[in-house]
Amino acid sequence: MVRKKTIGAIEFGILSPDMIRKMSTVEVTVPETYDADGFPVEGGLMDPRMGVVDPGLRCKTCGQKMNKCPGHFGRIELVRPVIHTEYIKYVEGFLQATCAKCGRLVFSDETIEKVKKKYPPKMRFKYFVKKGAEVRKCPHCGYERPKIKFEKPYNFFEITGEEEKKIWPTEIRERFERIPDKDVEAMGFNPNKFRPEWLILTVLPVPPVTIRPSIILETGERAEDDLTHKLADIVYTNQRLKENIDAGAPQLIIEDLWDLLQYHVTTFFNNEAPGVPPSRHRSGRPLKTLVQRLKGKEGRFRYNLSGKRVNFAGRTVISPDIKISVGEVGVPQIMAEEITVPVHVTEWNIDEVKEYIKRDEYPRALYIIRPNGTRKRITPDNREDILEELAPGYIVERQVVDGDIALFNRQPSLHRVSLMAHRVRVLPGRTLRINPLANKPYNADFDGDEMNIHFVQTKDAQTESRELVAVKYNMISPRHGRILVTADEDALTGMFLLTWKDTKLTKEQAAELLYAIGITELPEPDEDGLISGKKIFSMLLPKDMNIEFPTKLCEYAKKFGYCEDCRNCDLETYVVIKDGELLKGVIDEEAIGTKGKIIHYIYRVYGPEEAERFVNRIGILSTMAIKMLGFTISYEELKIDEETKKKIEQIIEEGEKKALEYIELYKKGKLEPIPGFSEEESLELYIIQSLEEARKKVTAIVVKEKFEDFLKNPATAQGFVMIISGARGKVSNIINLVAFQGQAYVREKRPHRGFMGRVTAHFKPGDISPRARGFVKRSLREGLGMLDIFFWGMGGRIGEVDKGVSTQISGYYYRRLSNALMDVIVFPDGTLREVTNDALIAYRFGDDGMNPMAALDGKLPLDILYAKMKKLKGEKK
Amino acid sequence: MASKKRSILDHVFVPKARILSKEEVEEVLRKYRVSKENLPKILETDPVVVELGAKKGDVIEFIRNSPVAGKSIYYRVVI
Repeated sequence: MVRKKTIGAIEFGILSPDMIRKMSTVEVTVPETYDADGFPVEGGLMDPRMGVVDPGLRCKTCGQKMNKCPGHFGRIELVRPVIHTEYIKYVEGFLQATCAKCGRLVFSDETIEKVKKKYPPKMRFKYFVKKGAEVRKCPHCGYERPKIKFEKPYNFFEITGEEEKKIWPTEIRERFERIPDKDVEAMGFNPNKFRPEWLILTVLPVPPVTIRPSIILETGERAEDDLTHKLADIVYTNQRLKENIDAGAPQLIIEDLWDLLQYHVTTFFNNEAPGVPPSRHRSGRPLKTLVQRLKGKEGRFRYNLSGKRVNFAGRTVISPDIKISVGEVGVPQIMAEEITVPVHVTEWNIDEVKEYIKRDEYPRALYIIRPNGTRKRITPDNREDILEELAPGYIVERQVVDGDIALFNRQPSLHRVSLMAHRVRVLPGRTLRINPLANKPYNADFDGDEMNIHFVQTKDAQTESRELVAVKYNMISPRHGRILVTADEDALTGMFLLTWKDTKLTKEQAAELLYAIGITELPEPDEDGLISGKKIFSMLLPKDMNIEFPTKLCEYAKKFGYCEDCRNCDLETYVVIKDGELLKGVIDEEAIGTKGKIIHYIYRVYGPEEAERFVNRIGILSTMAIKMLGFTISYEELKIDEETKKKIEQIIEEGEKKALEYIELYKKGKLEPIPGFSEEESLELYIIQSLEEARKKVTAIVVKEKFEDFLKNPATAQGFVMIISGARGKVSNIINLVAFQGQAYVREKRPHRGFMGRVTAHFKPGDISPRARGFVKRSLREGLGMLDIFFWGMGGRIGEVDKGVSTQISGYYYRRLSNALMDVIVFPDGTLREVTNDALIAYRFGDDGMNPMAALDGKLPLDILYAKMKKLKGEKK
Repeated sequence: MASKKRSILDHVFVPKARILSKEEVEEVLRKYRVSKENLPKILETDPVVVELGAKKGDVIEFIRNSPVAGKSIYYRVVI
């Protein structure tokens, strides 16, 4: 019978020497571990009374075998006491605050009473130590107290005049013994459970063999644990000290050995104590002693207690697969064969379960568990018996199959969507497969990323996973309400190309695209017998969908004066969807991107299931489309005509000239400083301003030209297609490629460090012209010069370094914040409170009580909500 | 320079604050079903608290401007 007991309280304290002796089963006196025959030495460090680590042997204390024996403490009687250095602060405190003669706290009884009233026990010690160190005369016995100096790591000295006298642990212990209980209590300790003299060790507990097992190397040699080595040092030194004392050796030798004993005991507790050279193994490796076992990332707490390894989990490299749903995960068959899921046998599924038991190959049952809890492996030999025996109430463990549910995770798990539930799809190969459209929440890519998968075991957990953790219910970011699982990068480009006004497909091409997403009917072809991309896209839309919105193109069209009236725009800049038909406008980021109108419309009006289906389809469709239509960027595309080129050169020239003028002005001392800045700072700002102005002008010219190229024929401006569809890239990238690089920056300033007064040796000291401070006039297409690359490299390097540093720092900030906020929740009345005690944090969540998941970037998407209401009303009728 | 003594409460950046009466405090505690210890706190030495002359245990109502909600009301107990 298992006796159940509840832990009422845990008390942390310090062991008294009596306690150490009482709990010890053996006094260790010999530093040897095993004798020549390989048996543990009596009174040695491996004494069988302290527990056994060899299988088969019995413990001499409890008579149990290896697995059952909990291990028993032993002890080492130290010939001379040593300080417990982990408590050195307290040793110092007691020395400073109490009288060496009478043992009293060096305060009058009235002061003690007053302090006891004023401060809680925890604060009193600090108070008495701080004040007590200043007291030179004991108010109780009148003893003139010498100053006490603490020398790290563990030496104390008394200073009388010029003289320094070491206080040995024996002396400290005697002094501490004189401290009355009432003063110990006044200093904030419970004298029944703690006496200051216990901080000076006279007897050292020897941990059981069980926590320091010796290991047998392949060579057959025995290797002892680090702790055993350390204990051997202590025993050995202790013995030598004893012999020397007994033999009446000179004081100096005894003191040396005593110091050595103190060193060994110190490092036994903590081998990384400040000021103490670490004790080393014969190989030169520092020993791992008690503190090292517990401390830090690889210590007992963080490695073994807070972080545990689990069963039913897997981890491998991930790779993309657009043909599986975003709600699915491709599991390699070898993984599926290894991992099981329990199935509870009922009278309704017994036949199905029996099929699994009968099978020899992959989807088969591996174990049965009887109602009494015994587990049996299914083998060809016992299969018939098991089939006979099987009845409702049994549990069958079968291999993972399609449709099972699994949790999928990628570290660092920064949000809740770093772990979501996917349906299993067993696939050939050795990688875990994921639909690339579901990458964003995990922040995953396929350059070698690995991910973890956990196969959910119990029915309750499976249901929770399916209904709460599934991808489709977590498509919306809980932070800003944007849709995380949707098209990005190439998928956006593909959709853009497909839905562009000039894109016409033959019947065969259209059939190929539509068949891939499971549609077997072609839309009505146009008069020319071709099918427009828009019609194909329309096949994905619900038939009762109506929405209008401007595209990303609109911005550019407006900027260059191409349109005034959005609705009558013929530049594809305005999307009109009527009754599920894309009438005009191109599909880009504004439609199906993370803030896309269409995707939000479908998610919010038609629900998560429909949204998942839609996302799967745009994934396949756009990938097929970009393959079919082709997408590439060419060197030709980056050329600009001579006339524009001249214009650009002129602008750059002007900008540079203006900067030089400012420099001239500054040299003459006629520069008008900007308020709040020195003349030098103003000059820098003026220079940067004039150069950036030039860049702005150039940007306008280049973008206009590229936009016009694009309107003429998107195929000749595909880099621009990427930008305009929102797939990748910024306008500034085009400028760098086509026109000129511009100013290089190092920490928001022009590069200025290197040699004295100049960045490289190619300039005169003090030259602050644009050229000497990293202004690059050439474009990437033309090719950069040596200095250009050097200047840009400076900025790039700093950026790379800062990125590494800031992600580390901000990551830790975020970890602490999110851990602190974990038990704060929004209550039904809209208030934010702590779960543990209902303490109010905020009277209304975010001041406006808005659920960020229901809103989009903090605002309610009213048009979409209106559409939803209209639909609901229609359904009612 | 002769200057009139100004109150920090008059500054635009300082949220409007006032001490609640006993009845109002009870009303707030009832409305939010919360005990006084579980209310958000403010130090007795806080300049606004000093200016108002509030004592330990008083509840102060703050009306602050919020970029998303216009105005938001907050109650804090002086400790």
